[in-house]
Amino acid sequence: MNAVALRCRDVTVRFGERIAVDAVSVDVAPGEWLGLIGPNGAGKSSLLGALAGIHDYDGVAQRGVGEPITRRDVAYVPQLPVAPEGMTVAEYVLLGRTAHLGWFDRESRADRAIVASVLARLRLDEFAARALTELSGGEQQRVTVARALVQDAPVLLLDEPTSALDLGHQNAVLELVDRLRREEDLTVVAAMHDLSTASRFADRLALIHHGRLVALGSPAEVLRADVLSEIYATPLVIERLGGEIVVLPAPRRRDG
Amino acid sequence: MASSASAAAAEPESAADLAVGRAFRLPAAALAIGVAAVAAVAVFSATQGAAGLPAGGVLSAILDRVPMLGVESTLSERQESILFEIRMPRMVLGMLVGGSLAMAGAAYQGVFRNPLADPYLLGVSAGAGFGAVLALGFDLDVGWGPFDAVSAAAFVGALVAVSLSAAIARGPGSSPATLLLAGVAMAALFSASQTFALQRLSDTRAREVLSWLFGQLNTSGWEQVWVLGPYFVVCGLLLVLHRRHLDVMRVGDAEAASLGLDPARARLVIIIAASVLTAAAVSVSGLIAFVGLVVPHIVRLLVGSSYRAIVPLSALFGAAFLGFVDVGARTLLSPAELPVGVITALVGAPFFAFILWRGKAVAA
Repeated sequence: MNAVALRCRDVTVRFGERIAVDAVSVDVAPGEWLGLIGPNGAGKSSLLGALAGIHDYDGVAQRGVGEPITRRDVAYVPQLPVAPEGMTVAEYVLLGRTAHLGWFDRESRADRAIVASVLARLRLDEFAARALTELSGGEQQRVTVARALVQDAPVLLLDEPTSALDLGHQNAVLELVDRLRREEDLTVVAAMHDLSTASRFADRLALIHHGRLVALGSPAEVLRADVLSEIYATPLVIERLGGEIVVLPAPRRRDG
Repeated sequence: MASSASAAAAEPESAADLAVGRAFRLPAAALAIGVAAVAAVAVFSATQGAAGLPAGGVLSAILDRVPMLGVESTLSERQESILFEIRMPRMVLGMLVGGSLAMAGAAYQGVFRNPLADPYLLGVSAGAGFGAVLALGFDLDVGWGPFDAVSAAAFVGALVAVSLSAAIARGPGSSPATLLLAGVAMAALFSASQTFALQRLSDTRAREVLSWLFGQLNTSGWEQVWVLGPYFVVCGLLLVLHRRHLDVMRVGDAEAASLGLDPARARLVIIIAASVLTAAAVSVSGLIAFVGLVVPHIVRLLVGSSYRAIVPLSALFGAAFLGFVDVGARTLLSPAELPVGVITALVGAPFFAFILWRGKAVAA
């Protein structure tokens, strides 16, 4: 692999005695979508949290090769974003400029212009003055993507961004992220719950189990029935549907 | 992104741009109301009292003191000394205390993400009360400069209680809630100590302590104003400069950290500024309840939930509120005086109950 947008070397996250992420090393190429998969508690969110500046970690996380990542290099979309009561969409998206401001700075005209243009581009202008809590789940998640976008960071970290949404909104949000990735040349690292969806959107998948990286490669390489069945502790089958990989639980035997 | 950003700046009428602008600016209407309220209360307060002073005379006397205006005061010498030596210091002190408590209240509500937080949280009031009881009861000679013994002891007591709360909450696994609970524990500890010490006092002394605890704006000239003034300016400025951080912290520590804010550092600075400001206000006025709780809520009803507007406007509206209430304290039972803290509680408690009942108070 030549160019690197994000490099992790032996990234380890500890919560007291428990090791949530155990020496994960991975390079992510510019413009790539890396999907993090694995069962609940595998360490996907903790790894993203470390990269997003939420958890302390040991090891090295670099922007490209050499420079440690700063808050300006990664933008983060949490699984269940906090929607403060009464905060308007514009106020919320403006928070995304925080990393670009000094401790005592205020947002400049340029910061405001970026927010307005992102709102327009995600077709959120009509919501700009509305309270965040008045929006539907899908709209709220779009607003959170907008906040991440105004951070103007080359790497987008998504922590199961669609797990609270129905199928239609899930797809809409992921398609939006994919469109932005191509238009803005973003690199995406996303923890993804649904393996079939992960294989549709990600260029490569990283399978994490007990905090360790156990497989890394194209969806076809990583999504293997025997490995997944063991890790998810349930029989799974892999099917092809119109050229796409679909992961399903093995058919149940229905007696009587 | 740069090209689309400048395109958006060229057409300022878009709905998004307007809303972003609104998120950014201090609401002009609320600011005007606040300034007008402070001015109106100032005139009202200067003219009301045992000796009635005409509003025109008050204005002429003030303008007379501005050099190079050539306005002659129409007040008599005695009226002037009432205005400048008795009424104005008290009015200014009331406004400073009101502004301090309201701003500290808004800051605490933001930092703890709790709409019910107020300046007397973290054991501030109990600590101050205990300090005052000790100073009065045991004739402690701890005054310095313009602080008398009670003020000095109250100031120290308030800071000790806050520091203990903060120290307890620094343990592993601390969160805003830990600090709140530590404050509750400190308040209980200091209240019990205060009650114990109060029991040891003579009746006269105990009454003196109690009237202090109720909150009073008794002034002797401008001294107290010069005591509180610098704290108001420095701590108030710090809080105003941190109002953007309060908005970031509304999304919780994890998201705030991912956005690039150090929430622990911001919280520490804001709590120190708000607590020192509260302690200074308490040391000159005793305990005046509900100002820090009610005023930020009124401001919230006017301008929405962003701390960018709430923090500075709370200072204005708090000043107007306490300045107005103190006129009542001075004149309602004249020549006797009501403790201003009793009036704020009598006005504040029902108002607050009403807000809670309407269910609007949850937007911290």
